[in-house]
Amino acid sequence: MKKLALAALALGIVAMMVWGFYQAIYVAPDDAAQGAAFHIFYYHVPHGMLCYLFFTINFVASVLVLAWKKSNPARALAADAWALSGAEVGVVFCTVVLITGPLWARPVWGIWWTWDARLTSTLVLWLIYVSYLLVRKFASGTEMQTLAAVLAVFGAADMPINYLANRIWRTQHPSPVFGGDPDAGFKDPRMLHAFGWNILAWAVWGLAILAFRVYIQRRQQSIETAEANAALFAD
Amino acid sequence: MPNPSMTPNWTSLVLAHLRKDLQIEWRSRDAINSMLFFALLVVVLFSMAFDPTRATSREIAGGVLCVATLFASVSALNQAWAREIRHQVLDALRMTPSGGAAMFLAKVLANFLFVGIVQLVLGPIFFIFYNLHPLGDTWQLAIVIPLGTWALVSNGTFFAALSIRSRNREMLLPLILFPIFLPALLAMVLSVKTILTGDGSDPSLLWIKVLAGYDIIFTTISLLLFSTVIEAE
Repeated sequence: MKKLALAALALGIVAMMVWGFYQAIYVAPDDAAQGAAFHIFYYHVPHGMLCYLFFTINFVASVLVLAWKKSNPARALAADAWALSGAEVGVVFCTVVLITGPLWARPVWGIWWTWDARLTSTLVLWLIYVSYLLVRKFASGTEMQTLAAVLAVFGAADMPINYLANRIWRTQHPSPVFGGDPDAGFKDPRMLHAFGWNILAWAVWGLAILAFRVYIQRRQQSIETAEANAALFAD
Repeated sequence: MPNPSMTPNWTSLVLAHLRKDLQIEWRSRDAINSMLFFALLVVVLFSMAFDPTRATSREIAGGVLCVATLFASVSALNQAWAREIRHQVLDALRMTPSGGAAMFLAKVLANFLFVGIVQLVLGPIFFIFYNLHPLGDTWQLAIVIPLGTWALVSNGTFFAALSIRSRNREMLLPLILFPIFLPALLAMVLSVKTILTGDGSDPSLLWIKVLAGYDIIFTTISLLLFSTVIEAE
């Protein structure tokens, strides 16, 4: 029964991705100014938005780790699993943003990369969370969880900078489609469809991966706890 | 429960920690000497690697100065906490009633002073080596350099304390400090470049404001979280 549900979930996610791909590539029209290169938008922007979601999960879970580490170590351990998974999935999504961005920039701007505030702060965001994952390798036990959670708070401080970067500064990166000027937004309803399907599909996909990763990490934690107990109580 | 009249106020706690740090440094002069020589080497290395002529030197000088300070302070910041580990001094400090924030602030102030001295000595040498002749408002350097140094030292002290608790201590500090410090480095380099070249590309002093905002945000987070780091077991 469980396997059947998982298979149905996987099938549903794949179906949504295929439908999203069809909408983005075949249904949505070319942009008036950017031409065919605009279609990459349907991947770039959803991944950018979703990487905020996963880094926020990481931040909330990290705060919970810090809050519970003395009062409720078992819950703190569970929160740590969420923090780790959030950071890992977030880094993957942020990597996609950093790859699709230059692919779009090359035909539209004529260059792969420029050091404007949006691009730089996105790269910094990525670097901070990679260093977060490194810290987790360099230390161990509850000490590592606390240190990683502290670093996650610093990483979260970069997120608002990144979000506001093309709102405060006039960047080479295009101004926001949502929540920016009143003039912004899609000019064709088919574009909104394509965008909506893609963000839905990738959100469900990301959350499913996150759930799997949390599940695996929880199993790993219980194995480690059992091993530690066995070592303690061995004759 | 400690008697409130017996606990000294926070400022005097910070000053006590600061006096201790300054005294240690005064006796050994390890941090300042090693930083000074290291930063000098970086400046010499860069001037050989790039062969700065008068026009280009103004463009890159800000970056070279910032990076030289950055590399030099990373080596010293590791030592700042590593010497507290010997003889379990750190454990003793944790048992004092002062709390983490006072200890942290004192350490930042001490390191800020050391890095500041290094910059004061290095600055003139730097201007000579690179044949600098600033074209913008030179007085702004007196705002930008301390703000940037504070960003570096505050974050560096925090993450040095964090990384000495990990397995490969010296390795970890640059790996976490550099990404976090990047926005401040960018703001610092761009403001210094504007001042040296006098190109007026930043008329509203935006980057200096960004730097000040960065300092306030990150110093606050560090002060709030330092006890957590120092008591992580």
